Amino acid sequence: MVVAAILILGACGGTTSTSTPAGGESAAPPPSEAPAGSESAAPAGSPSAAGAIPEQGVDDGSTITMWSRAATETRVQSQVDEYNATHKNKVELRLVPTDEYVSVVGNAATANELPDLFSADVVFMPNWTSAGLFADLTDRIDNLPGIENVGAAHIDASTWEGKEVRAAVHHRPVGVDVQQGPVPAGRPRSRQGANEPEGIRRRRRAVQALNIDGTYGTYFGGACGGCNVFTWWPIIWAGGGDVMNADGTEALLNSADAKEIYKTFNALWDEGVINPESQQEAGPTWTQPFPAGKVGVMPMPASLQESEGMPLDNLGVVAIAGVNGGESTFVGGDSIGISKDAKNPEAAWNFITWMLGDHNQVEVVAKGGNVVARTDLADNQYSSADPRLVLFNTIAGKGKTPLAKNFNAAFNDPQSPWIQLFRAAVFDDADDAKIDELNNGITSVLQE
Amino acid sequence: MSVASRLTARRLTGRSSAWTRRRQLTGVAYALPTVFFVVVFFILPLLLVGQMSASDWKLLTGDKGINFPTNYGALNSSPLFWPAIEFTIRYTVIVTVLLIGLGLALALIVQETSRWVGMLRTVFLLPLAVGLAAASLLFWGFYSDQIGPVNPLLQDAGLIDKPILFFATHTNAFLSTVFMIIWKFVGLYMLILLVGLQAISTEYYEAASIDGAGRWQIFRHITLPLLRPSLALALILCVTGSLLAFDHFYLLTKGGPTTRRSPIVQLIYQQAFVRQNLGTAAALSLVLLAALLILNLMWFRLLRRGRQWHERTVEPRVDVRADALLRADGRPRDHLPVPARVGRGVLVQRAGRLGPGALATASATTSGSSTSRKACRATS
Repeated sequence: MVVAAILILGACGGTTSTSTPAGGESAAPPPSEAPAGSESAAPAGSPSAAGAIPEQGVDDGSTITMWSRAATETRVQSQVDEYNATHKNKVELRLVPTDEYVSVVGNAATANELPDLFSADVVFMPNWTSAGLFADLTDRIDNLPGIENVGAAHIDASTWEGKEVRAAVHHRPVGVDVQQGPVPAGRPRSRQGANEPEGIRRRRRAVQALNIDGTYGTYFGGACGGCNVFTWWPIIWAGGGDVMNADGTEALLNSADAKEIYKTFNALWDEGVINPESQQEAGPTWTQPFPAGKVGVMPMPASLQESEGMPLDNLGVVAIAGVNGGESTFVGGDSIGISKDAKNPEAAWNFITWMLGDHNQVEVVAKGGNVVARTDLADNQYSSADPRLVLFNTIAGKGKTPLAKNFNAAFNDPQSPWIQLFRAAVFDDADDAKIDELNNGITSVLQE
Repeated sequence: MSVASRLTARRLTGRSSAWTRRRQLTGVAYALPTVFFVVVFFILPLLLVGQMSASDWKLLTGDKGINFPTNYGALNSSPLFWPAIEFTIRYTVIVTVLLIGLGLALALIVQETSRWVGMLRTVFLLPLAVGLAAASLLFWGFYSDQIGPVNPLLQDAGLIDKPILFFATHTNAFLSTVFMIIWKFVGLYMLILLVGLQAISTEYYEAASIDGAGRWQIFRHITLPLLRPSLALALILCVTGSLLAFDHFYLLTKGGPTTRRSPIVQLIYQQAFVRQNLGTAAALSLVLLAALLILNLMWFRLLRRGRQWHERTVEPRVDVRADALLRADGRPRDHLPVPARVGRGVLVQRAGRLGPGALATASATTSGSSTSRKACRATS
């Protein structure tokens, strides 16, 4: 079994958090800062005299090329800027349009032209690590101080059994899903119900209650596979169920809980409390209706940055509840690793170790309203100031990251069988037999 | 033949063959650059695609060896293959009919010079200046209920009560996409057909008018037949472009919201970059290439037949008219001379129905014209 690297820039924190972050100090760290608890193996910015590579890589003025998907721009750019400002190395970040990212990386991999560093949506990691796109960082990651505080889900996703090459460090947790109850300015109203995480029936009542004054009760990506992976699967997990088998080769999206979700949304759709635009939402504008005050309550990414443009004071956040109670979340985000074609692997490693360091996690990630990657830093001065951030960090420990080699084709692709399934169930009143049949279609793709 | 003569002939033959060889070499030299580009940018990639289609070739891991005919068999078993074929054909038929029909209508409107024609031509052609990707994004914005102005404008105008969901259903998304494509490309087809229209000599129209032909008769019996080459070109461009459609589907809806809205090229993209199976994608590409090849061969064949038909019917028709209207001494005839020719040309047919008086008037009107003189010269 192999592990990958890990780093998290965003979120995926845990429930506990005893150690202090950098203690709340915000002084700029030295270059090549190590993760908490580590000792600097060599003077920053200089390889050891013996020629061995310092534990934290090198900071010798190298230019590090890095790719990331455009959807992560806000989080990644802030970290790159901070690194460039405090190090001799310079990271050249290329943001690739999210929809094109897989094909761009695939073409570059075939041509052996991958950059030094590139990140991936965590759900793609099994596919990419199994194909050998990342350099093997096993030894380094195993010895990386503080690694035990990084979300296990991301480490699992970046590990490929039986492979000698393994790598990948990760950053930015995309998806701790929460319900948010907005109160548009000048239109105060009760949010009771929206903030009580008790089961899907309670959610249904909250949606109905908030469908007032020209504001729809809720919104979802009716043509967006990833959106509903992100926001509906935690409902199943919260009840103790699962969406796939352990190998990611069999879909379980025809379970009783799953069918209950479809029925609930089907009923809400028929009642007219779901924003009709949901039927054509393919993802690009998925998070827009809520900040615009057009929706009462909906699951969204666990980042306050996503809510820019709306008064945060009017934003309520709760964990996603299961069908019969409980709570869970989708621990998403991106993993980042050193590519198999890296020309400056030691400088790239320096960037990765810095990403997991206290300064970046607290002063850049947490300060930006994101969930930190290291659970030991979940309780920091920024998160404690906002109970919503505390919830983000806390709920991440109860979440999951689904793993399947053919995840993209089965769930994210616009023609994926998953989209066919939930569209048939919600918009076309598909019966149980039809749902079973469509679930088998997902399994077929997972087994390709 | 004397020995000297034979030697001279041999020398001449030798010079001739040397000259021929030089000419051949010169021809080859002229053709070489084109051959180079065709080989490097068409033949070699085609061979590579052929190899790929017969191999277990993954995007991330490369060629794993020959697996023919697995990739071709996988096409038939794919649940998306036949719906994509059906959708692509339906899209092609609808878009072709609309684009060429509307293009022709616009070309007819703007072919005459009048006060507003210049402005109209510009307006119809302007969307061509916008790239397809830019146009798709523009319409995606227009159609969006979140950021677009269309729904608010229609609602403010009282034309609709609820926002139109342009991409919510298969039908809505299809119509929205077709509308965008018509807006984008109708100017191109207008231009192609306008060039064809303006290549038709006005003499035909003048003669037809003189002979009393109505607008519809002129359109059906003169404009359409003489426009055939331009129509064929437009047809080939439109059908080929529609069969290869991808960009706007991908940008507007990513091929959604259902699998029934995926054109064949979207399926190729999906196989290559989502399923990461370059072998199947290559097989699909070759199937599409074969379909395009067959279609274009059919068009060319039809075009050739059309040209032959044109030579048999339209050209003689003009000659018949000249013969019909003028006597050998160049003076107008009083009557149609050859009833047997009536069946060969529409102008003569029409003239025959007008009666001798009208014909005499028409003939007198045109007898001194360049039309008649040229026609007479052509027939003599």
